[in-house]
Amino acid sequence: MAAGPMKMRATLGAGYTDVRVLMTHPMETGQRKDSDGKLIPLHFIQQVTVKLNGRTVVEGQISQGISRNPVFSFRIKGGAKGDRIEVSWLDNNGETNKTEAAVA
Amino acid sequence: MTVMKPMRRILLGALLAFFFKPLAALAASWNKDAFGAKNAADVLKGLGASGAAPSKDVVIEAPQIAENGAVVPIEIVSNVPGTTSIVVLIEKNPFPLAGVFEFMDGALPFVRLNVKMGETSDVRVIAEAGGRRYTATKEIKVTIGGCGG
Repeated sequence: MAAGPMKMRATLGAGYTDVRVLMTHPMETGQRKDSDGKLIPLHFIQQVTVKLNGRTVVEGQISQGISRNPVFSFRIKGGAKGDRIEVSWLDNNGETNKTEAAVA
Repeated sequence: MTVMKPMRRILLGALLAFFFKPLAALAASWNKDAFGAKNAADVLKGLGASGAAPSKDVVIEAPQIAENGAVVPIEIVSNVPGTTSIVVLIEKNPFPLAGVFEFMDGALPFVRLNVKMGETSDVRVIAEAGGRRYTATKEIKVTIGGCGG
């Protein structure tokens, strides 16, 4: 399975903005074997960045111990409808992806 | 003049972006020592995060029993004022460190994530606030194959 699209929803909660994001990624641990008994190489997201209106608010470093197709929730104080949220990731092979949404 | 000012600002911005980008990239680089460590003590050494004090203000919400170790949802909140980072360890995983999250500029010290768990283990969270570290643990039982028990 290759890395693929992302989905995100940003909604206003009680005094904060709730950001829920899904990343399509195999998050291979390097310990699994394929049907021929060969090890599947380590392939996982290492960095996750959340930006609010262009400013970085959360910087995450993660390991292969995060589940396949990672789902994260973050919260940002305050916020208003229409604020731009951007989430991006970078994996150990240098692949990267990002998604953007307006707070609803 | 009125035309010059925004132009100057744009140029200054571009210049600043140019100088600060490599710095930011460096600061966020993946901590190889901590993520490559095979036990919790070495992870903490790699992060320079030893000596955390147990605290009830670090809250871990997770199921007591996880039927599927491949996807275990964990929600973490630090109620310690001024928390700037949260570290998540699954103590018995082959590589215990699951993630390090830094919060800035209005982000609340909260994260919800799904982790893999190879076996029943303590989940340890360390929150950092004002140069001090606070920790909490919670045991999650993993029933392999989801047969209950």
